[in-house]
This record gives sequence, C-alpha cells and structure tokens, in this order.
Amino acid sequence: MTLNGFARASQMLLAFAMAALLSGCGYNQFQTKDEAVKAAWGEVVNQYQRRADLIPNLVNTVKGYASHERETLEAVTRARAAATSFQITPEVLNNPQAFQKFQQVQGELSGALSRLMVVVEKYPDLKADASFRDLQSQLEGTENRITVARQRYIVSVQEYNVHVRSFPTNLTAMMFGYDVKPSFTVENEKAISTAPTVEFGK
Amino acid sequence: MTLLRLFWTAVLALALAGAAQAQFVPVPALTGHVTDQAGMLTPDQHAKLEAVLTDYEAKSGSQIAVLLVKTTEPEAIEQYGIRVVDQWKLGRKGIDDGVLLLVARDNPSALRRLRIEAGRGVQGVLTDAQSKRILQDVIAPHFRQEAYYDGLVAGVGAIATLLNKELFPAPPQQAQRQVQQDEGGLPLLPLIIGAFVLMSIFRPRRRSRLSRGGWGSGATGFILGSILSNAGRGGVGGFGGGGFGGGGGGFGGGGGGFDGGGASGDW
Repeated sequence: MTLNGFARASQMLLAFAMAALLSGCGYNQFQTKDEAVKAAWGEVVNQYQRRADLIPNLVNTVKGYASHERETLEAVTRARAAATSFQITPEVLNNPQAFQKFQQVQGELSGALSRLMVVVEKYPDLKADASFRDLQSQLEGTENRITVARQRYIVSVQEYNVHVRSFPTNLTAMMFGYDVKPSFTVENEKAISTAPTVEFGK
Repeated sequence: MTLLRLFWTAVLALALAGAAQAQFVPVPALTGHVTDQAGMLTPDQHAKLEAVLTDYEAKSGSQIAVLLVKTTEPEAIEQYGIRVVDQWKLGRKGIDDGVLLLVARDNPSALRRLRIEAGRGVQGVLTDAQSKRILQDVIAPHFRQEAYYDGLVAGVGAIATLLNKELFPAPPQQAQRQVQQDEGGLPLLPLIIGAFVLMSIFRPRRRSRLSRGGWGSGATGFILGSILSNAGRGGVGGFGGGGFGGGGGGFGGGGGGFDGGGASGDW
C-alpha cells in the first residue's frame, strides 16, 4: 500500500518534471507558433481564393469589349485553372517543393492578370464601364490583401523558424522532428534586378 | 579629450541608427480621430471634424479616423496604411468596424495619394468598389480645387452613410439612450439626407457636376449633420452632442483588425 502510493507519487513527480522540462524546452511555444503559422497560411489561401473567384467575372466583362484579345484572356483562364486545381493541403507548409509549386502557379496567375490589365488600357470604353471599374477596384483590393496576408505569414514563419533553430529549443525541435517552414520569396529576382527596356512606338 | 571623442562617436552611432530607422515614415501616435501632419486643415476645421467623428463614435460605436501626412515615401500608400492601422487598431475588437481615411498630400502619383483602409467588419457595406468610388467621385473633385476640408467632410459623410446601412452593435451607454430617442417619431430628414449623399456616390460618371460646386462648402455642414443624426437613428443632429470638449485624453483604438481591404486613389 505504502509502496504503491510511493510509486504513484514518484510517477506523478516524474510526469510533472517532464511537463516542466517540455515547456522549458519550448514545446508549448512550438504549438502556439505552429498554430499561428497555420492561421496566417489560412488567410493567404483565403485571399488567393478570393482573387480566383473574381476572375471569371472579370474575364467575361473584358470579353464584352475586347473579344479579340483572346490570347491574353485565355492565358488568364488557363492560369486560374492551374492555380485552383493545385491541391492545397496542410502538408504544403511542411513541404518546400509543394510550397514552391503553389507560389509558382499563383505567380503565373499574377503575371497573366497584370498582362491583361495592360491590354485593357487600349480600350477606353471598357475602362469607363461601371462594372469593370468595380471589378478592377475589387481586384486591386484583393491583390493588396494578398500582399498583407503574405507579409503576415512571413512574419509568423520567421518566428517559428527562429524557434526551431535557436538553442535550446532546437533540441526540442530535433526530438519531435519539427523543421523550418518554407516562406515566400520574391518570385522573379532576375526580372526585378534587370531594368526593363522601354521602347517608344514606331 | 578621449572622453569627448567617445561621446561624439556615440552621438554619430546614434544618428546613424536613427537614419537607418528613419527610412520609413513613422506612424504617428493616435491622439484623436483627426491627425493632420500636413497642415491641410485650419484649427477650426480640425476641431469641427474631430467633434463630428468623436460624436459619431459615441453614437454608433464605429471608429472612423482621418490621417493627413505629407508623404509616405519610399513606401506606397497601401504599405504605409496597413502599418498605421496595425498600430492604431481602429474599430472594436471582434467587430472590426474601423475605417481609416489616409491622405498623403505630396506623394508622387505612382505611390498614390488617397487611401481608405476598411476594417474586416465593414467590408460588407464598404466594399473595395465603394471605397474607390468615394475616393474618385466624392473626395477627388474637392481636392482638385484644393478644398481639402470639404473633400474630407464629404468623404467621411459617404463612409458613415455606408456604415449606417449595417447595424453594428450599439456602444454600451447608447443602448438606453436609443430607446428614448426612438419614441421621437420617424427620423425622416436624416434618411433623406443620407439618400442624397448615397446618390452622389452612385451617380455614374458625372464628376464634372460634382466638382462644379454641387457639393460646395454650403453642403458640408449639412453632411456633417446627417452623419450624426443618421448614426443616432433618432435625429438629434448638429454638433451639440457630448464627447468633444474634453479633447484628446483617453482616445485609442479598440482592437479592430484589418486585412488590407479598401482602395487607393488620386486626385
């Protein structure tokens, strides 16, 4: 009886010690930060989805005025299809390749959209169209939301990754197999570092 | 001697550190609903606008703030704007009914000069498209004539009118007052004025008339009154209400969240 009680007491003590040790090693913080990263990621996906939802309307409106810009319009539709068909699972966050792929398909859609917006400049009637103006401002707002969501994701990942790599929490990370999470990078560094050539019309 | 040199080195180091930080325009401290760092408003106009927005918050609970700065360079106005609202946290926590109207007077046009940051909670009524219309069709015509005060009043009026379309929870002390006010008959006049303001927003492409003085300074008092009476939904109107007079003490953001929604524009 007393022996049993002693064993139980020491077991409890051990459990307490383990718990203290774990929280001392930042185990709980890992959980908090991991959830923060997931929430920030949810916002990113949400805003990209919002953009994808705007596109069919946008394409239809542009089509009404600029039907012979077929190539540009089809490029947007194709890029949207590619972006939405890419499955976004929570594993994306722990898989740098999948993350890269996600960033790439969304980047392609961004490129196709900005080309469309350049083409649109040639059509004053379209630019004056009330529903187009509304769609354009919604798209602008959503692009800004994406920027903000990405930035917040970058910050939360940074906090997580610092935790993974700094001592002593890196030991906990090693023990439980927590790895640094991928973050957004500037997609086309080359394109940014080389100045665009400006050609004036012939 | 060496001490002096040490001192100067320290000063220099501090100055350098300061310069590195001063790359971006700092976010001013939130002291009132109206923050004018560009000197675009006279003290009288400043006080009037502040009084109206203070009263609006007291009656509706929603926070609308106006920030006027000289420039946001090298950042674009969107990047500066989200930093401001992240720090200020306009709107009530969980309801997220804050709105920031931001003007960067001397920004180059590539960085934009006007911005509305809409809190998460108001985006149902103050959509991006509507924010854009307010900037382009309501505010810009006044600003083109350098009638900054009129433009701000009209813009704030349009924002408030839109916010009034959604019933946000009333502020706590308001709950009882509203019961009394509701007995005072139908609030017809504010409704009519509200509709008038709305019409001006949605009147398609008649900017020229707007700018020709349809919303001249005579209208601003009118709009200001309508903001208030609409907010109370009881038709008190005017500037009489409490809240102002005490001044800046104790004003702060309520913890509202922003996600970058809104619109940018120019004049």
